[in-house]
Amino acid sequence: MDKFRMIFQFFQSNQESFMNGICGIMALASTQMYSAFDFNCPCLPHYNLAYGLGILLVPPFILFLLGFVLNNNISMLAEEWRRPQGRRRKDPAVLRYMFCSMAQRAMIAPAVWVSVTLLDGKCITCAFCTSVPLESLGNASHPRLSQGEIQRVLARIPCKDIYNGQQLIANEVAVRYLRCISQALGWCFVLLMTTLAFLVRSLRPCFSQAAFLKSRYWSHYIDIERKLFDETCAEHARSFAKVCIQQFFEGMSTDLVAARCHLPRKAPADAGEAAEKLLGITDQGTMNMALKSWHRCKPPLHLHPPALPTGNGWAGEGQPPTHPSAPRRETAAYYSWV
Amino acid sequence: MDRFRMIFQYFQSNSESVMNGICGLLALASVKMYTSFDFSCPCLPQYNMAYGLGIMFVSPIILFLCGLILNRQSLVMLEEWRRPPGCRKKDLAVIRYLCSSIMQRAMVAPVVWIVVTLLDGKCLICAFSGSVDPEKFVGFANVSTEQVQQLLAKVPCKDDELMRNNTSRRAVSRYLRCWSQALGWSILLILIIAAFLARWLRPCFNQATLLQVRHWSNYIDIEQKIFEETCCEHSRLFAHKCILHFFESMQQEIKLHSFSLPGEGEGAEGEEDLLRGITDQDQVNKLLKTWYSEKPPLDVS
Repeated sequence: MDKFRMIFQFFQSNQESFMNGICGIMALASTQMYSAFDFNCPCLPHYNLAYGLGILLVPPFILFLLGFVLNNNISMLAEEWRRPQGRRRKDPAVLRYMFCSMAQRAMIAPAVWVSVTLLDGKCITCAFCTSVPLESLGNASHPRLSQGEIQRVLARIPCKDIYNGQQLIANEVAVRYLRCISQALGWCFVLLMTTLAFLVRSLRPCFSQAAFLKSRYWSHYIDIERKLFDETCAEHARSFAKVCIQQFFEGMSTDLVAARCHLPRKAPADAGEAAEKLLGITDQGTMNMALKSWHRCKPPLHLHPPALPTGNGWAGEGQPPTHPSAPRRETAAYYSWV
Repeated sequence: MDRFRMIFQYFQSNSESVMNGICGLLALASVKMYTSFDFSCPCLPQYNMAYGLGIMFVSPIILFLCGLILNRQSLVMLEEWRRPPGCRKKDLAVIRYLCSSIMQRAMVAPVVWIVVTLLDGKCLICAFSGSVDPEKFVGFANVSTEQVQQLLAKVPCKDDELMRNNTSRRAVSRYLRCWSQALGWSILLILIIAAFLARWLRPCFNQATLLQVRHWSNYIDIEQKIFEETCCEHSRLFAHKCILHFFESMQQEIKLHSFSLPGEGEGAEGEEDLLRGITDQDQVNKLLKTWYSEKPPLDVS
């Protein structure tokens, strides 16, 4: 249990490493999506370019936005940006840091998709097969065809099973040429991305490192503060609910005692804890009335003063009452995760 | 016991992550369902569209309903909506928040199904193969109108004798699949942009109200859980007392009917308490029969 709590605390305190994990998973997911996706070039003159470039550019955009959507910090950033100033100044450097950090992580999965697509070659082959240089690659003795016909024939290059232009240009030759260009582009892209990442990482400490450390600290602080606030509210809601329900049952029990004008109950000496836990409800009719009342007339969200903590005691929920003679009091306790 | 209580407390305070987990599992289940489903287009003119569109739309409805059923918050929301105001005012903003949160989570699996279906393409090819313009495709251009419908309807079936090596069939299939994939990616793009804008812009409007509404909707959920826990605990104790009373009354009856001598020695008292005066087969049988035929009343006062 301790281990579980430690892991949870680690992730909580280190939102960045959690986001790094998500980022890695998304990069893997993007390669998986690409290999599962059934690329299907339409092999028609005007559709090829749209389809090829669409597959090359639309999924990375989707993955980029998904990287933002999955990042919890985005609402934190927007909140910090839009909150009224109040008594706490806003620091634009912190906001910029948060945004850059989110954007950098969100760029990884799209970059992986684009690299994989270019290195594979199907997209570029599909998109640019109608632009193959016939003069240098085409067969010398090809029949004279109209421009439109040539376009239609070239558009079928990616679809080997319906290609009928062997006299114009050999399918193998065209596909190799296009794939070679695509892979060259792919490797250049990977090199460019890696160089950029290297430069950003190695040059950043050379510029305003102190300001950077400050922004990073305060952005982590805002994140942790928000989480602690949410936890505290949740703990408070639990304690509030417990006391509210307790007072509801006590109220029911008092009403019943007042309504029955009757003989004093036998209160055996050993009733103690069990009787208290029965909350004064000891028969079917009373229980039914309690349940009906719970639905029909929920208690107001207003705890009675005697129930609120008057001392500064730390009362654990699982402890048995140490003073059975004192009036029953439920205290609300705040648990600190720190 | 402590461990369970801590895990329970963790989930209680973090029921959102439980629901996100369920939502993710449903999405994975929908992908798995699609891949294991054996799609089999009828390849007949009137049936194709019904089959294709049916597969594409009926399953998402089922997944949506499953998403609503599996989400605990739907019951909480319905109860909050239908309860009489009584001593506690109803806050419509809380009900709206719960409703939108439930709907968003329930929509994920159906959307995943529709997107996967479109990206795969089989459904659309089956549904719309009869609606393409035959003039665009060489193999179907010079065929009579009645025959062309029959032929186009057979496009999704690769193994049909007429279609086996037909290049025009492949061309039609590619054309429809290209449209299907374009539609799938477009839908995904629109949804992601909507999700991004919603996440980005929400803190700009009424953030304070949102915090309040979110807190009280969590509160209602927690209160319901604690109430159920309290009732469970109460019924345990109630049952315990009820059964104790039953055994005591049986013990008294047995004492009345049998002339048993007082127990010898004090040492046997501890065990006798547990045995509650029921010490032979006939007595046990009588007790069990009475428990079945005459359960004690629900009153331990």
